Amino acid sequence: MKIRATLKGDLAEVRVLMVHPMETGQRKDVSGNLVPMHFIQEVQVRVNGKLALEGQISQGVSRNPVFSFRLKGAKAGDKLEIAWLDNRGERSQAETAIA
Amino acid sequence: MRARLALLVLCLAAAGAGAQDAKKEIEKYQQMIADSSPVELFELQGESLWTKRQGPKNASLEQCDLGLGAGVLKGAYAQLPRWFADTDRVMDLEARLLHCMQTLQGRSLEDATKYVFGTEDRPSEMEYLSAYIAAQSRGAPMNPGHAQTKELAAYELGRKLFFYRAGPWDFSCASCHGEEGKRIRMQELPVLSSPASARPVVATWPAYRVSNSQFKTIQWRMNDCYRQMRMPEPNYASEATIALITYLTVTGKGEPYRGPGTKR
Amino acid sequence: MNSLRRKTFLYAAALATALLAPLRVLAAWNKEAFGSKTAADALKGLGIAASAESKEIVIEAPQIAENGAVVPIEVTSQLPNTRSIALVVDKNPFPLVAKFDFAEGALPYVKVNVKLGESSFVRAYAEAGGRHYSAAKEVKVTIGGCGG
Repeated sequence: MKIRATLKGDLAEVRVLMVHPMETGQRKDVSGNLVPMHFIQEVQVRVNGKLALEGQISQGVSRNPVFSFRLKGAKAGDKLEIAWLDNRGERSQAETAIA
Repeated sequence: MRARLALLVLCLAAAGAGAQDAKKEIEKYQQMIADSSPVELFELQGESLWTKRQGPKNASLEQCDLGLGAGVLKGAYAQLPRWFADTDRVMDLEARLLHCMQTLQGRSLEDATKYVFGTEDRPSEMEYLSAYIAAQSRGAPMNPGHAQTKELAAYELGRKLFFYRAGPWDFSCASCHGEEGKRIRMQELPVLSSPASARPVVATWPAYRVSNSQFKTIQWRMNDCYRQMRMPEPNYASEATIALITYLTVTGKGEPYRGPGTKR
Repeated sequence: MNSLRRKTFLYAAALATALLAPLRVLAAWNKEAFGSKTAADALKGLGIAASAESKEIVIEAPQIAENGAVVPIEVTSQLPNTRSIALVVDKNPFPLVAKFDFAEGALPYVKVNVKLGESSFVRAYAEAGGRHYSAAKEVKVTIGGCGG
């Protein structure tokens, strides 16, 4: 996961790049077998430990999801944490300081 | 079937509304996806491969000389392809990386070229490395070698190859890229023999291809064009591919590099 | 299981539970809505009975997408007190693509890349002040280039 959070006044523009196949379960691999569903279902964005945004997404979101969010009242140095949970129970988390 | 119908309707609509509107909307699409490109992830991975110890000599690529001195990456991609004294030939980025993999890391040519064009599930080393190294030339004007004897010869060979018709379809690069106003489906084809059109192209390769979630290098582009023309695919980093890349890069020289790019 | 392994196991389980807890406490993934095969069913699953068209919801999307696998959609809601934005792609096999809930600290704004199986209307539903509003934009999907 790569997070970029830049401050413009008190508004933070956040862009997060996630690595995930987001398989729909309808794609066939090279051997002709269906690749099973595997996608991120929940995304959470926390600022200084407090939940700011929650997303529920489906396999309709593109592979290697990229999201942009905007946070208000943000300050330089604020801790930004982004976590995801997928349909297999796998999870990932990353954090950065708002610059 | 539905997709083709939709495309036909779209083409008719586009013809009615004006191909210009369609072009503008496609440009808008390209701008919007460029913003969300995972190219950075490839650059990061490339950086770790650059420093990774590999091969029988258990060495990294950090001492590789891409033309500006051992290990100098800033601006290196922008001055390729060029002639190298130690090998006495013109080399592009991938040829030079192959050379360093062999000389610095002791890897065999067979080993280093075994998996050069990756898949969406597993990109190749060359793809990661190309992304990383190209990124270090952002902003630098494209300035490939075009003065030394062999550099001039490579340019000439490349130019000949560009216009050389062959294969079952009697195609040359110029068949698609030699005339204004040509397109394949909804994609406009740049006239690569013209500096004005070649410049933006040269400044945005290698690139991430959104349509197949893969990072593609310029060696891949050469290979795939030959495949598309139904001609035998050239060997990786062959003299022919380097000559073509030299011709294209010299034609597009001067443009500040803004890659690695993000394309459809 | 020996003592050390048991301790490690319990520690790992506790840690996993600790990480698990925050996500469970909040809204669970809406299986019904996301599994709906029509836009109407998806809206029902989200509890959206009716919605008023609103110009305060701005959808920025390309009219023509060269590649249906990656279509950037940007939604901004200028409606005061927007709590959530849901994205529906009419013609997708599963029309509901995403739903974002905004707490204090987040603007009702999101940009996300979605998949479009074919040319379709993309609809954004915003919940603000206890009511639902919507906007739509048509995106045509085309195929570019040599398919290589």
